[in-house]
Order: sequence, then structure tokens, then C-alpha cells
Amino acid sequence: MELLSGADMVVRSLADEGVKHIYGYPGGALLHVYDAIFRQKEVTHILVRHEQAAAHMADGYARATGKPGVALVTSGPGATNTITGIATAYMDSIPMVIISGQVPSAGIGSDMFQEVDMVGISRPIVKHSFLVKRAEDIPEIIKKAFYLAQTGRPGPVVVDIPKDITDPNLKFEYHYPESVKLRSYTPPSKGHNGQIRKAVDLLMQARRPVIYAGGGVIMGNASTQLTQLAKDLKVPVTNTLNGLGGFPGSDRQFVGMLGMHGSYCANMAMHHADAILAVGVRFDDRVTNNTAKFCPDAKIIHIDIDPASISKNITADVPIVGPVNAVLDGFLRHVTDYSGSRDQEAIDSWWRQLDEWRDSRGGLFPYDKGDGSILKPQQVIEALYEVTGGDAFVTSDVGQHQMFAAQYYRFDKPNRWINSGGLGTMGFGLPAAMGVKLTHPDATVACVSGEGSIQMNIQELSTCMQYDLGVKIINVNNQALGMVRQWQDMQYDSRYSHSYMESLPSFVKLAESYGHVGIQVTTPSDLRPAMEEAFSLKDRLVFMDIQVDANEHVYPMQIKDGSMRDLWLSKTERT
Amino acid sequence: MRRIISVLVENEPGALSRIVGLFSQRNYNIETLTVAPTEDSTLSRLTVTTSGNPQVIEQITKQLNKLIDVVKLVDLTEGSHVERELMLVKVRASGPLRAEVKRTADIFRGHIVDVTSSVYTIQLVGTHDKLDAFIEAVGATQILEVVRSGITGISRGEKTLSL
Repeated sequence: MELLSGADMVVRSLADEGVKHIYGYPGGALLHVYDAIFRQKEVTHILVRHEQAAAHMADGYARATGKPGVALVTSGPGATNTITGIATAYMDSIPMVIISGQVPSAGIGSDMFQEVDMVGISRPIVKHSFLVKRAEDIPEIIKKAFYLAQTGRPGPVVVDIPKDITDPNLKFEYHYPESVKLRSYTPPSKGHNGQIRKAVDLLMQARRPVIYAGGGVIMGNASTQLTQLAKDLKVPVTNTLNGLGGFPGSDRQFVGMLGMHGSYCANMAMHHADAILAVGVRFDDRVTNNTAKFCPDAKIIHIDIDPASISKNITADVPIVGPVNAVLDGFLRHVTDYSGSRDQEAIDSWWRQLDEWRDSRGGLFPYDKGDGSILKPQQVIEALYEVTGGDAFVTSDVGQHQMFAAQYYRFDKPNRWINSGGLGTMGFGLPAAMGVKLTHPDATVACVSGEGSIQMNIQELSTCMQYDLGVKIINVNNQALGMVRQWQDMQYDSRYSHSYMESLPSFVKLAESYGHVGIQVTTPSDLRPAMEEAFSLKDRLVFMDIQVDANEHVYPMQIKDGSMRDLWLSKTERT
Repeated sequence: MRRIISVLVENEPGALSRIVGLFSQRNYNIETLTVAPTEDSTLSRLTVTTSGNPQVIEQITKQLNKLIDVVKLVDLTEGSHVERELMLVKVRASGPLRAEVKRTADIFRGHIVDVTSSVYTIQLVGTHDKLDAFIEAVGATQILEVVRSGITGISRGEKTLSL
């Protein structure tokens, strides 16, 4: 049996877990661990410029691969800087392991330099956390952390390690466990067969069924099963913001994203449905609008791996707890075996209605292109979709540009759309794109951002320079905090309290100062050639600063406290 | 509606703070809370009384179950159960009142556990309501200090909360 110090055990455990990249920032409490990193070659450390970015990079990696991302940060401010990243991952159920340094055990509680109660501070936003008490426990705790992060409902796990535990002079037997078991934690491995049969019967007998699929389909690797089921049943599919790509976005059965900025067709379909198959969703308020008015005629089947998600916001008529892919396999079997009748005429009539909702408005997300003198943000995303052939990994920040990206980029594959849905974290897009690019170096990775969001982690342009991360930043620049401004237009009589951006830098020069390529686009005719140029520079980071119409709003937009079908369709038109 | 939820948790540092934190984080109310190790040194048992409509209680139990440290739980109020709370009350007891306080304590099957020339300290064990009733019977003006343990409880008969 090999003897290793605590510091070496941390790094070796990560290597034995199969971790290739860790994202982090050194500091006093972690110096032993950083020395251990220096002395080995299996795990590559990526030095960020701010610990928040380390957490978002780990998150971006996890969303693109389905495997836990790892961040490594020192105690005190290093640890607290990751909090936003941890909360972001927690809200979207993203597997992640955050290893933080802590002051020496003997000093805990004495307000030492760079001491913070990391386990306490992160408690409400982690799936679980560990404070390591003995060096010899490190392999088992790290194994448990990875096991918890990626099984059941995934989520972030914190491992806080006091400095004395990593002492290089104290060595212990090292053995990385093959598996761990926690008596209090038994994630479900399959759904209840009787419930699945009941759900299939309900769906087969429905006259106006809808599939409402969320991020759980993506994290639960159930995209294939979901697509097959939708095809077998010929049922319309709507995705949540985080579910985009779980069903092919360019398929005719896709009726668009639903909810706050969802399509007219998807929101109308939900409101009028008589049966809803809710898969891997949590009935977020950004979807349901007023829960008392939610889908009045619908029987609701809810599949989720987390029992606490079921009937939390909306009561399920047929609850099914289990891994989404296994449960949907069960659905597919029961659909094949189904011996009852189905009202084909009703389904045909439902599709005539759906097509009318879609086509009467000229498609899922129609918008006014104006007279062509000013660039519309929607056109930016459409051009991005065309130039990348729909095959890029697209990360986004938070705001209007995020909603436009969700509406106008058609995601045909899962794990390609990476954004902060639950927490709505500005500054997420660039580091997330970096995490994706590191793991998929040959893939096209675009970060759709805005001039407000990008400045929240713009220092990472430096990290991109260090590691040659050729991501493309699409800065949809409307010189305002667009979504804030939209709300101020609609609810505060256009009093733009602190929603505009003054003193913007020259983003082109900024990018160039880091050794990247900067391109500015100010006229509509320049958009397409500039974007083609940007994506032809395969190995370079290109920062596209694109000036767009500052007055554009995102539509549709749900009317506050209404039902799903209560929508603003434009500045003057509502349902 | 008042509920008594009994929880077996891993006897780990931080486990209690996760449970208490869950209540405040999700805006649930804790009325009383008792916690102590069990006969199995790896487990602690915690009894929490809370209130809410059936949906809220369902969420509380589901969210508690989701915590990694929570091994098992039961809502005692769903079945027949025994519940007890311990109270120590310091009551003014001088002059003609001294005998009256003693009589009231006897009626409630309380024990006088400490005596001075002017004060009785009375120990009472019973349900939450019984302890409330004693305080009312003695009268707030006579009472110097009250300390209550919070409720603990157990299911009746064969049913147990154990591994």
C-alpha cells in the first residue's frame, strides 16, 4: 500500500476519479495541494483570474459533458468567490465538486487570516458538503463527493480541507475506493411500473396532449427516449429554457420554448392541453406564471428523480419518481404494448390547431425586422445559427440576449445550450464557454453575451490568452441593461433607473490588448461577413462587438399574474 | 395543523445546522425542537414540531428526506403516538399562596424539585397542552420563570422508527 500526504491524496484521488482538468486559484491554505499539483502530470490545472470563473468553468464543462466539473480554491475570499458559481449550479442541478482550502484545524473558529465557515456559508446551495477532519479520510470523502454530485438529482458538493490535513510531511496509506455507499442516500433506479402504465393510458386517451420537457432530460441522458416517445405518440414538444436541445429544435413537432418568453404556440398549447407529460422539470415560476391559473384542463404526469420536486409548485395527477431515461424506456414499452384505442381524429384536429397558432403568426418567434437601417438583436442570433450550421456549443449570459439566443438558435442536440437558467447569473457565459472549449477543443464554442454581462467576468480574457481558448464572444451590445430596461419600459413608464451602461470600453481594443481579435459591427450589412470571418479564425478568440437596436424588447412576454396564454406579443399587441 | 416529525440523522457535525437551515431557508416554521444521541452512537434522533397545510407538511418531509444526513423520518401525528414535554417553572410561593401552589402542582402531577422560603421550582411532564394549562392555572403574575424542553415523541405499539 502506497503512502501519500493529504495534499498528494487530494490530487491523486481526482486523477483516480478520472478528472482531467481542474479550474482554480492558489492561496495560502492550499499551497501544499498546489505543490502536489506541480509534482504530477495526470491532472491539468487551469488558472483563472477570479474564483467565480473557476466555478462557472467547472459548470460549463459539466453541462457539456454530463460529468462533474471540479474547482479548487483557497480559503476565505477564494472560497466565497465561488458562492455565485455554486448557487448557479445548484439551481440548475449541475454536478460539480468544489474543493476549498481551510485554515489549520486548530485555528478554526479563531477568526484567523482568510478564515470563513465555507461549509456554513454554502449550506443552502449545495447538495452536500464535507469538512475533512483526518487526512486518511480524503480518498473516501472525494469518492463520496463525486458520487453525490452526479447521482440522483445532480448538484454541487463542497469539500473543505484544513491546511494541516494536507501537511506534506505526514503520510498515510492511500487507497481510492471503487464505490461508496451512504445508508441515508438511495437515489431511485427506476420508476413505478404501475404509474408508468397509468401515465401511458392517460396520454393515449388524451385529445390535446403536450410534452413539457426540461433540463432533467439533458442531465438525465434521456433525449433519445424523449424524442422517440414524442415521435411514437405524435405529440407536440415544448422545452424549458434549460431543456432546449432535449428534443430537436428544428423538428416540426417542436413548438418552441414555453413560459415567460416562450412562443405563442407553446404557451397556447400548454394552456389548452388536456394532458401534460412534464419530464425533468420543476414547474418554475418562469414557466407557470400564476400557478392558480396554470393549465386549467390538464391532467399532469410528472417524471422527476427528485421526489421533492413533485407537487412542490403544481400538483401532479400521476407522479413518477425515477431516472428520466429509465422511466421513458418504460413509457416506450407500454406504448408498444398499448391495446386500447386512440382518438386519431382528435389528435389530427389538435395538430391543425397547433399549426394555426404557429403559422398564423408567421412562425414560432416572429419579429419586426424594421427598415433595415438598424441591426436587430434577433438577426444576430439568426446569423450565428446559420454561420455555425446549428452545430455550435452556445453559452449565454443573462438578459435579453439570452432569451434571443434561446428563441432563435435551434438546438437539435442536448448539452449544446449552456446558460444559467435558475439563478440567472450574469458573468456566467464566458467562463462556461471556456470550460466547454477546454474539453471540446475542436468544437465551435460561442458565448452570446451583452455589454452588461460580459463585464462581470471580462478578466477571463486573460485566462483565454494563457490557454489559447478560441471561443467566440458575440457581444449583443445595446448599450443598456436590456432586460432591466424592458421591464422599466413596461412597468415603470420608461424611467431608466440605472439600466444604461455609461463609459463602455472599446471592446475591440480590449480584446486586442489581451492578444485576441476584436471585430466591431455597426451596420446590418456587415453582420454576416463579420461573423463568417470570426468563425473562420478557428484557433483564435474573437470578440464580436455588435451594435444593435437599444429599443428592442423580447416577445412574447407573459403578463404578470396571468395564465400561460396571457402574453404581450409586441409592444402594442396582447392576447 | 400541528405536526410532530421525528427524524433519525447521522451523528455528524453540521447535521443539525442543515436541518434547522432547511426550515429557515424554505420559510417553514419550527415550533419546538429536541435532539439527542440514540442508543446507536452513529445516530441522533431529532423531534421537530411544526405546522402547515398538508402540502407544506409533505414538502417539509420530502425536503428533509433529501438531506444526505437524514437517514429516516416519520410524521408521528399520522398515527397514534405518545408525546411529552418537560417544563421547569419557578413560582412565587409565600404566605397563603404557598399551599395553593403546592395543591395546583399536585393536581397536575408536578413535582416540587427545589424549595426556598419564597419560591417553589416545579417540574412538570406532559403534553404541550397540559403544560400550557398549568401555566394558566397558576396565573402569569405568580410565575417567575419558565423553561420548556420542547416536545419529544414516539409511536405507540409495534411501530418504531429505527434502521
